[in-house]
Amino acid sequence: MSTSSHFVPDRLQSPLARRLKSWETLLLIVAVAIFIANSFASPYFLNAWNLSDATFNFTEKAMIAFAMALLIISGEIDLSVASIIALASTAMGAAVQMGADTPTIVAIGLAVGLAAGAFNGFLVTGLGLPSIVVTIGTMSLFRGIAYIVLGDQAYRGYPESFAFFGQGYVWWVISFEFVLFAVLAVIYGIVLHKTNFGRAIFAIGNNPTGALFSGIRVARVKFILFLLTGLMAGVAAVCLTSRLGSTRPSIAFGWELEVVTMVVLGGVNILGGSGTIPGVVIAAFVMGLVTFGLGLLNVPGIVMSIVIGALLISVIALPRLWNMVRRP
Amino acid sequence: MLKRLVTARETILLGAIVMLLALIATRFPGFVAPGNLASVFNDTSPLILLALGQMIVILTKCIDLSVAANLALTGMVVAMLNVAYPGVPVPVILVIAVTLGTIMGLFNGLLVWKLEIPPIVVTLGTMTIYRGIIFLISEGKWVNSHEMSDPFKAFPRAEVLGLPVLSWVAILAVVVIYLLMTRTTLGRAFYAVGGNPHAAVYAGINVGRTQFWAYTIAGALAGITGYLWVSRYAVAYVDIAGGFELTVVAACVIGGVSIAGGIGSVIGALLGAVFLGVINNALPVINVSPFWQLAISGGAIIIAVALNARANRTKGRVILKRAEQAA
Repeated sequence: MSTSSHFVPDRLQSPLARRLKSWETLLLIVAVAIFIANSFASPYFLNAWNLSDATFNFTEKAMIAFAMALLIISGEIDLSVASIIALASTAMGAAVQMGADTPTIVAIGLAVGLAAGAFNGFLVTGLGLPSIVVTIGTMSLFRGIAYIVLGDQAYRGYPESFAFFGQGYVWWVISFEFVLFAVLAVIYGIVLHKTNFGRAIFAIGNNPTGALFSGIRVARVKFILFLLTGLMAGVAAVCLTSRLGSTRPSIAFGWELEVVTMVVLGGVNILGGSGTIPGVVIAAFVMGLVTFGLGLLNVPGIVMSIVIGALLISVIALPRLWNMVRRP
Repeated sequence: MLKRLVTARETILLGAIVMLLALIATRFPGFVAPGNLASVFNDTSPLILLALGQMIVILTKCIDLSVAANLALTGMVVAMLNVAYPGVPVPVILVIAVTLGTIMGLFNGLLVWKLEIPPIVVTLGTMTIYRGIIFLISEGKWVNSHEMSDPFKAFPRAEVLGLPVLSWVAILAVVVIYLLMTRTTLGRAFYAVGGNPHAAVYAGINVGRTQFWAYTIAGALAGITGYLWVSRYAVAYVDIAGGFELTVVAACVIGGVSIAGGIGSVIGALLGAVFLGVINNALPVINVSPFWQLAISGGAIIIAVALNARANRTKGRVILKRAEQAA
């Protein structure tokens, strides 16, 4: 951070802020440590193709996590993202049954994501309802619609050209999804840290009333963030559906938890007001590496979810415990 | 007084339930027969038990997303205990279930109280941890009906005065929690902490400790529900009651419990749970696929929270007026 006289802090200055500044560094050390531990633990780890496969563990979730980070920084949350994926994927599957071509399918996926985001945004900013209840409601509603449409059936038969989004490679082991992830990371990083819009997000998260009196259109900014989160869920739906090649109503079940974990692990304050995109990017790598490493060691998925749950609590608990020990 | 009673959230909800039942009765009179209504209530009992705990937690401005995982873990532990030691009597199992549930609630409460971690983060985390532990202890295996001992399975179904024990437990819990909320200082503290935490501090209430108690009570209720659930359905596996935490929150929100804390009642939570229970039981009767359940409860949450927001806005003014008149 610069120390020029024109410096305007975008987060509260407290001992906590200083620690947050080094949070990304700490996270990076953890990521490197996991990487080294993994390469010792399994002989299959250091292989370009295996590592490339490992990126699929987090790219789709991370795309949503970028938008979710902005939303959480502004003091709201969206727990319906995984259900938006299910709804968008169902809509895409229905379109395929009617003989839609690839561009149409993608457009439908993105449009459903946007529409779902707009619905959340309207309920929160238009009617002034708390986002956590609204999105718990829409979480059931969106996935519920997918269940009504599909029941215990599945949509298949996606066109071959559609497979590129989730299975295609741009160059050697670099997948399309990974490139998309990297591009989105840069875009979101610039939006949050280098634009007026990003500054407005921090202002709203720290003090919504203060932001309103400073001329920031709080409701509009929040609405746009819900739209963005819906859109990113739509993008993730396109990638995931393309990768799996089929749609079931249970698609992406429980992802909202992993996305929120990724954001919180990345150093974003769950109460809003602070956080960085680089932090979320590193957190995505950490979670991807942990999942992949445990997978190579044949640890079942549900045990990984224990690790992720414990990670979520301990990243927040440990600094607080440390503070308690230091000043008794 | 009468006007207040008529416009009360609980009365409106009761009216909605009666109308719903009347609507179903026009086509399927058998649905409103006393025997069937009792069985609907019995089906809804686990939801009522959990909704009572969740209501207290939400009153204190928190949320507990780990209740279903708590239920499942407790259920699995007592089921495995029953398989390993079929001789353990039901009262001992009940004590173990309540203790286990309480410990899990206590853990949530401690993290919220002592480390001041946001409640949603704590319970999202413990939700996955508790579920994961079920897998670790059971190795993903099911405990099936034939492995459980007969007394273990018979307890929730045993009939006392025409109602199964499961229903009686729910009724007992409603009465106890009602007395707790209306007749004890702890009950008042739950409302005070959620209504205005700063004022609560000045009134000498320890906000964190009150929230801790809310989680502990919710945990104890989830624990006892865990045993009742597993013994009633006579099966235990990793995913039992998966996603049920959202139904529980839905029941509370429909029952008029404000997610912002401080507003809500035992009767409201009870009626919210019954409302969802009637819908869930009516769907198969009126030939609607059970796949509609999820979307309906989602829609109900959104409508209820929108109505709540409106109702609570006017409520503030009414209280002021009444205070003025009294002065």
